[in-house]
Amino acid sequence: MAKRDPIYGIMAEFDSAQALVDAAHKTHEAGYKKIDAYSPFPIEGLAEAIGFHRDEVPLVVLIGGLVGGCTGYLMQYWMAAVDYPLNIGGKPYHSWPAFIVITFEMTILFAGISAVLGMLALNGLPMPYHPVFNVPRFSSASKDRFFLIVFSSDKRYEPVQVRKFLEALNPRSVSEVPS
Amino acid sequence: MPEEYKSAAIERAPVIEPGHTFGTVTEKISAIVLTRPASNGWFVGFGLCFMLTMMMLYAIGYLFLKGIGIWGVTIPIGWGFAIVNFVWWIGIGHAGTLISAILLLLRQSWRNSINRFAEAMTLFAVAAAGIFPAIHVGRPWLAYWLFPYPNTMRVWPQFRSPLMWDVFAVSTYATISALFWFTGLIPDFATLRDRTDKPILKMVYGMLSMGWRGSARHWHRYETMYLLLAGLATPLVLSVHTVVSFDFAIGIVPGWHTTIFPPYFVAGAIYSGFAMVLMLAIPIRKIYGLEDFITERHLQNSAKVMLATGLIVAYGYGIEAFMGWYGGDRYDAFTLWNRLHGPYAPWYLSLLACNIFIPQVLWIRRLRTSPVALFFISGVILVGMWLERFIIVVVSLHRDFLNSSWGMYYPTRWDWMTYIGTLGMFLMLMFLFLRLLPAISIFEMRTLLPEAEVKE
Repeated sequence: MAKRDPIYGIMAEFDSAQALVDAAHKTHEAGYKKIDAYSPFPIEGLAEAIGFHRDEVPLVVLIGGLVGGCTGYLMQYWMAAVDYPLNIGGKPYHSWPAFIVITFEMTILFAGISAVLGMLALNGLPMPYHPVFNVPRFSSASKDRFFLIVFSSDKRYEPVQVRKFLEALNPRSVSEVPS
Repeated sequence: MPEEYKSAAIERAPVIEPGHTFGTVTEKISAIVLTRPASNGWFVGFGLCFMLTMMMLYAIGYLFLKGIGIWGVTIPIGWGFAIVNFVWWIGIGHAGTLISAILLLLRQSWRNSINRFAEAMTLFAVAAAGIFPAIHVGRPWLAYWLFPYPNTMRVWPQFRSPLMWDVFAVSTYATISALFWFTGLIPDFATLRDRTDKPILKMVYGMLSMGWRGSARHWHRYETMYLLLAGLATPLVLSVHTVVSFDFAIGIVPGWHTTIFPPYFVAGAIYSGFAMVLMLAIPIRKIYGLEDFITERHLQNSAKVMLATGLIVAYGYGIEAFMGWYGGDRYDAFTLWNRLHGPYAPWYLSLLACNIFIPQVLWIRRLRTSPVALFFISGVILVGMWLERFIIVVVSLHRDFLNSSWGMYYPTRWDWMTYIGTLGMFLMLMFLFLRLLPAISIFEMRTLLPEAEVKE
């Protein structure tokens, strides 16, 4: 395993959502690609501003739903028509209209569970330790402050220059994030 | 937003009172959980509800010992309080999903201040509902036979029966409601983790928040997930009460066997659910000083939803009566006559009063904006919706095709103890919820503030 950089990145703190979005745009345009932004609520356009475009959650949900629907239908078919055929009031063993309700419910169940687990897995959660929490002021990120970070893993990362660049964006404070 | 809509929106009562910032919203809601000491009133209320819960457990314990003979169910009324209460509780839960999922899809941002506790209400109502089918099966220790699992008897459940559909619909509903509620809480757990000074609470909330840090990438996936979950929960909630109504409508008993049941059950569910939301919201906003967040607008809108769904329910009654007369089936016609003139006529007339006539006062604007009036009207609607399920279950069964098999239904004290006990359990869980978790979604409230708007 490669030795970890003692500095995880450099973080700037902003007062408003607008300031964060503007700063994120400028940072991304300046060529810093490995960046992230933190806010106390979802901000429209912020993910695009830091260059995040591929959201795989819908695909996960689609697959989950298809698997759930097929499981639901095939389970009923196999149980009612193959493994344990039982004559109920002369109805056909494979009475498909009666199987639709459970097929539907299983579709929703699997799709819903894969939506939540997919979101958590793609976000890398749960994560008990993360370097950004080493910055004491970061506790306001869940209240009323907005943060932008340039990771030290960025190709163009150079501590002094990044700090200068972030300070030019008019933040409230700039701090180093120890990893 | 076009100009004309904007001016119309300003005239209405605001969703959140002016003057709040991200900080004040956060502090005000999290203070209920973190700093405000529990009042004596809370302890009294919680204690009372806890005792009722114990009474329910006692009644259920005795039931397990003696069997369902201690209840009032006999032939021909094999479905008594257990099914009445099950349908009533499940219906109440539906308003929570309607508020959190359907109103989200319709972009009704006023829902942001009531969705959290409405979802909690859904979860606790489904928990209360779930008790009844499990204990009414006769041999409750075998209730797991309802699920298809590989067994040494080499048999499988019978999937052509609506009762099996119900098992899947209700368990899916409980699972999805719990997921929706929990994922909605994750960002707020992070807020509580960062706000509290107590190391133990910090750890508990930290674990529950799963290390949420509000990254833009996370928020993006989170919002996609939330929207998709809402899109999945919307047809789900409509299907659940539809399937519950199939339990009746698929049978051939007069009074059950009708195609109006699914839409009329769903409307009735939302009707009673909003009544429960108001009965909870009105005291909560008063006691915890949340009038800034749960404003007159919320009360008015909920009252309007009740008015609309109440009219759909009234239409359902009308069609039932019309088809009884027009359908030409003598048993259907007799069911209608029996409701109006039979031994349960006073119950049916009270049902009409509670569900159709009294709620019409909501057309008056002054009553729609008065918390006290709304509280009492909601109570009347909840009683009315309970009576509706009683009429459907008991009155349809007590006089069916053969008059040699007619009978009457007398609920015993064990029936009442179980029912009142579930009310106690529901309220006890609500009391705990108010003190342990943020009752209003903090991060969604932040998005309603004017500072949250961003220009590209």
